[in-house]
Amino acid sequence: MTVQQWTFVIVGLTFCLYIGVAIWARAGSTKEFYVAGGGVSPLANGMATAADWMSAASYLSMAGLISFMGYGGSQYLMGWTGGYVLLALLLAPYLRKFGKFTVPDFIGERYYSKQARLVALICAIFVSFTYVVGQMKGVGVAFARFLEIPFSTGIFVGIGIVFFYAVLGGMKGITYTQVAQYCVLIFAYTVPAIFISIQMVGNPIPQIGMGSTLSDGTYLLDKLNLLSKDLGFEEYTKSGIEDRVNVFFITAALMFGTAGLPHVIVRFFTVPKVRDARKSAGYALFFIAILYTTAPAVAAFARTNLIQTVSNKPYAEMPEWFKKWEAAELINFSDKNGDGKIQYLAANQQNELVIDRDIMVLANPEIAKLPAWVIALVVAGGLAAALSTAAGLLLVIATSISHDLFKNYLKPNISEKGELLSARIAIAVAVVAAGLAGLNPPGFVAQVVALAFGLAAASFFPAIILGIFDKRMNKEGAISGMIIGIVFTALYIWYFKPQLGGPGQPSDYWFGIKPEGIGIIGMLLNLVVSFAVSRLTSPPPLEVQNLVEEIRIPRGAREATH
Amino acid sequence: MKDRKAYWNKNLKYLFILLVVWFTVSFGCGILFVETLNTIKLGGFPLGFWFAQQGSIYTFVFLIFIYVYLMNKLDKEFDVDEK
Repeated sequence: MTVQQWTFVIVGLTFCLYIGVAIWARAGSTKEFYVAGGGVSPLANGMATAADWMSAASYLSMAGLISFMGYGGSQYLMGWTGGYVLLALLLAPYLRKFGKFTVPDFIGERYYSKQARLVALICAIFVSFTYVVGQMKGVGVAFARFLEIPFSTGIFVGIGIVFFYAVLGGMKGITYTQVAQYCVLIFAYTVPAIFISIQMVGNPIPQIGMGSTLSDGTYLLDKLNLLSKDLGFEEYTKSGIEDRVNVFFITAALMFGTAGLPHVIVRFFTVPKVRDARKSAGYALFFIAILYTTAPAVAAFARTNLIQTVSNKPYAEMPEWFKKWEAAELINFSDKNGDGKIQYLAANQQNELVIDRDIMVLANPEIAKLPAWVIALVVAGGLAAALSTAAGLLLVIATSISHDLFKNYLKPNISEKGELLSARIAIAVAVVAAGLAGLNPPGFVAQVVALAFGLAAASFFPAIILGIFDKRMNKEGAISGMIIGIVFTALYIWYFKPQLGGPGQPSDYWFGIKPEGIGIIGMLLNLVVSFAVSRLTSPPPLEVQNLVEEIRIPRGAREATH
Repeated sequence: MKDRKAYWNKNLKYLFILLVVWFTVSFGCGILFVETLNTIKLGGFPLGFWFAQQGSIYTFVFLIFIYVYLMNKLDKEFDVDEK
């Protein structure tokens, strides 16, 4: 069978699996719709959280980024995992004890204020929507490239699948589908990595293989450093000083942003107990770590393989995958010195080869000459990653609209049935809107993802932490902190992102901090302002102080309610 | 009430220690002192690079499970665990 036939078969089978799971796990009440009935086991919730968290970007783009950035790529590895420690230690158990459905629920009640709830609500929708558009685009790209279905048809198929199980099953359907999607994506990610590791260094565990020796007796990383240096690139494992400043800030912004993202936080409302919320965060990170420790190995293998395959080799002898990606305009060769060979160099004037970083994971099995079914598996994994993240985000948007906006703002006496119906309508509208935006994404989508993390770090994270750990924190403090944090972060990102029309130049960065890392300064500002303002205004009412006392101890956790 | 205060203070102590480790492996070993550690080799890995791309992640997972263990014990000790 050809790669394309294999892809049809494997993608088709996985889609049938998701639909089957969705029919089995239908939601019958708002509680099932919002928090899967609150009865998900910590292990299943851990897998679902992992699938929810690992997006098309983690799956398809991250290893490629690392393979071109070397040490610099560490910011994604640490940034997108370290946040779970904060989540497990500082947020998840207390929010589970609080026992409501959403993040705006917590902000609204802890700060006894409808305005605070509204600020949280707008942030939650903004952050989730930017994110989901990127996922939809990822689905379209995967379909277009591998099944040779037009981009738009690919997105419609994606919308159809998510629509089916999200509208039918709500959080319950999404959770159990995500468990299945996790299994598909992790299998699809590790299998090629294991094959390649055996091929290159003779060790079946990529995490160890990365530090092993090649057949000529040199260590893989030493060899890669040498190859990179010969071609004029930085040594792969080396870190410059400017590197370190930005790796520091970006890592921190991604960590605190992770811990503040509503679609991640809400997952911990679905387990039965406080104890389970803690454990579940551990499982989630364990499942995420399997992919995140494999990715840097894939990156190093791919980089070495790529350089050895193309550097200084005659263009006419390039393998089939080279031509294929060239046809897709993701590899570009121009023979500047006319010698018929490929000069792949760091210096722009002599370099003849430009490679799109996003193709590394997809092209890797082909570069390593793995069988066709492995390549098909990678595509199915990419789709699983994109669909599971999209579904989790869409649920946050729908819940925010039906629960926070509709039920708590506009129509408080809506019946259970009415609310369930409005939640279904909201998610249906959200799926279609995200799909349409994915069809025609505004050029700045990729840029705004930085904004999503920055805003989550600068708004939700401090507001929730202070709500739990500082009993004296009042609504004046929290609201002014959130507003200062958001405004500062958004302005800085806008100012220094030419893609958003900002006039700033990189040379004007404050302390050399890139826009991707500024959320952490926004967060500190938020903390300082909240603290100062709260101490100058009156303490929160007694019942709110009692609520804080109450969420600090596990005993008496009720099931999540309205 | 006094018990609750003691429970909370002990919890804060655990959090402080675990977060110090969290900061040290990632921001310390993986970023601030990466070049110094890179002079040491762990098999084929420069040690700082290993912390940045492997070691910190393993430590994170480990930290959460230690926290789960410590808190379950603490909850029982102060009789605030869930029945």
